[in-house]
Amino acid sequence: MKHTLQQIFRSGKFVFGFSIFVGIVLIVLIYPLVIKDKPLDIVAQGTFFEPGIYVSVYDSLNATPYTLLLDDAAAKRLESRLPEEDSLAMKEWLVAAGVPDAEIDTTNTAKLLEQWVNNFDSKKNLPGMTNAKRNYYIRLNNSLSGLLSTEGAVLARKNPQTGALEQVKIVNQTDYVNVSQVSNVRILPLGTDNFGRDVLTEIVHAAKVSLQIGLLAGLIATLIGLTLGLLAGYIGGMVDDIITFITNLFIVIPSFVLLILISFSIGQDKRGATTIAVVIGLTSWVWTARAVRSQVISLRNRDHVNLSKLSGHSIFHIILTDILPYIASYVVMALILQISSGILAEAGLSILGLGPRTTEFPTLGLMMNWALVYQAHVLGKWWAYMPVLVTIALITFSMNLMNTGLDQVFNPALRD
Amino acid sequence: MKGYRKYFLNKLGWFLITFVCAFLLNFILPRLMPGDPVAAIVSRLAQGMSNTAGVQAIYEQYSTLFGTNKSIPEQFIIYVGNVARGDFGFSFSQYPRTVADVIKSSIMWTIALQFPAIIVGWIIGNSLGALAAYLKGGFDKALMPLSIFISNFPPFGMAVIMMVIFGVNLKWFPTSGGYGFDLIPSFTWEFVWSAIVHYQLPFWSIVLIAIGGQAIGMRSMAIYELNADYVKYSRFMGIKDRKIVGYVFRNAMLPQITGLALSIGTMVGGALVAEIIFSYPGLGSTILTAVRGQDYPLISATTLIITMMVLIANFLIEILYGFIDPRIKAAQSD
Repeated sequence: MKHTLQQIFRSGKFVFGFSIFVGIVLIVLIYPLVIKDKPLDIVAQGTFFEPGIYVSVYDSLNATPYTLLLDDAAAKRLESRLPEEDSLAMKEWLVAAGVPDAEIDTTNTAKLLEQWVNNFDSKKNLPGMTNAKRNYYIRLNNSLSGLLSTEGAVLARKNPQTGALEQVKIVNQTDYVNVSQVSNVRILPLGTDNFGRDVLTEIVHAAKVSLQIGLLAGLIATLIGLTLGLLAGYIGGMVDDIITFITNLFIVIPSFVLLILISFSIGQDKRGATTIAVVIGLTSWVWTARAVRSQVISLRNRDHVNLSKLSGHSIFHIILTDILPYIASYVVMALILQISSGILAEAGLSILGLGPRTTEFPTLGLMMNWALVYQAHVLGKWWAYMPVLVTIALITFSMNLMNTGLDQVFNPALRD
Repeated sequence: MKGYRKYFLNKLGWFLITFVCAFLLNFILPRLMPGDPVAAIVSRLAQGMSNTAGVQAIYEQYSTLFGTNKSIPEQFIIYVGNVARGDFGFSFSQYPRTVADVIKSSIMWTIALQFPAIIVGWIIGNSLGALAAYLKGGFDKALMPLSIFISNFPPFGMAVIMMVIFGVNLKWFPTSGGYGFDLIPSFTWEFVWSAIVHYQLPFWSIVLIAIGGQAIGMRSMAIYELNADYVKYSRFMGIKDRKIVGYVFRNAMLPQITGLALSIGTMVGGALVAEIIFSYPGLGSTILTAVRGQDYPLISATTLIITMMVLIANFLIEILYGFIDPRIKAAQSD
């Protein structure tokens, strides 16, 4: 046993896959201890907020201001207020109005604005310009006024008696706050999803639930497959015929179809994560049963098994001590594959709208489904679906790597 | 030809048995579940209806339609009779269309998409796997991790990523549908071209997934065969390398064909979800609408059709296998 483990951990593929997997499991276990938010709490009003650090505007007004004199502050401010298409449109107008093309540099916002202020005239009628376009320029011009001012913004408070606004404070352009002194800062490393929930918190919990679903489904499938395979292979005869018949049936009837049919029939109300896991397990034991059977048949007439039989051991004892150890490696490999395919099956079902009903914990499939239903992929909101895909891929990839590693340890013919 | 008869009859027998079992499962599973499907349908249809007599009338109408007021064996006979006539009843979510009509309009899309995609993926995957086994070295080192990664990528994930890259960012291909939304299916050049353009993304995402899995399988089969005694023997005999490689790949190929027959169900399942991502007008999207609309007859019929398609594909591959594998011919002449 110890020797086998040593051998396994000498396989690069296995170790690599194993470390990814352990990493995922550790994150899934430790993250909820540190950040205790509920995964499905709606924190944002609105859909798909970009990943980033969200600083409370109100609280930063009350935080101690510091004056920093930075040279490029004004230019940066201008740039963020003036999108590229607007500056290109400004250039277009200026060129049409007779300013030489070479003098205009759209990347130098300050100079461009200066030229604009000097030249723009809303009454000027350029040839070939539609009315809509002219109105657009007038709007643009209005939005630009004040951009170049160096005065601060005035904060006012409403007087409860008179209703008049009273000046409280002036926020200068050179005022800065230290983010650590602002009382409310929320970091959303992966933004929010379509319902306004923190994607990172959600995905960690979802990965946990999906792993549990996969594990339960895999265990059920492997147990059924192992039992049937052992019975069919070792006892043989009538039992073998019946089990082989059933296995051959279910191997061609697509399990995905059975999954859809059963999950739909169970109904939305009764479809919890456990139910889904059980259903997946019940529909995916076939391959294990088949493979275990053929291995047991090849073991059945080995000398040590015959000796055990002659010594009068019970069938149960023979299976446990003389057969199981020989197929244990295979069973473990099958279990790993079943877990990863269970996770994929859950995700597929959820995309079809047949995923587990949830009030507290999401699953990876459900998150994918929400993102797809709200068209995150078309809208370019990558943070809503990409992390989910990467998580699923990492889990299944790490498991298959472990599996390939084990395969190479136990089947020397496959070694490089 | 004569020698194959036993093999074919055996396979045909299996096909019929699995077919009957699949049919039974399709009938029994939904009926085993707790709850009255008709009651659920009626409560959906009768929303806002306060007249109890009216609700009762709807309930009775649907019980007769589905025959849920009869015993299970009787229901089964009615069901068999209806299916034999191609009558699956009306679709709830797309009433007044019949289920047969809905399926008729989507099944061709699915067949035209999945059948070629799986075959192409299988061929490319096997060639790559064989090359990796034969060339070894750098090609193998690069191809294998990539294949493992791709084959582990969920089918819908591949679809989403292809769509985001080629559909949304590069705008080379349309992101959804089977043809332009402004067109009506017809045999005009415009429509055919539009269908071809819409075909590309779903097609290649299914192909890519198939390639990964097949390449891995073929590689290990080919490595196994390359180390077999007959290869060494042929080498000692001085047979040309090219000829040996031919033998090897032929032998390595046979299990891959069986593998295709066995995994076609899983592949179709993944491809159906890929269809949904692209809103391709095939059976996958039909299932989605059916699930969303709680359309019980449509789901039952679609799952039956998909099972039938998979069983038939499986049967055809087995028949083909009979012709390719010389051992089967040899076994028959004993």
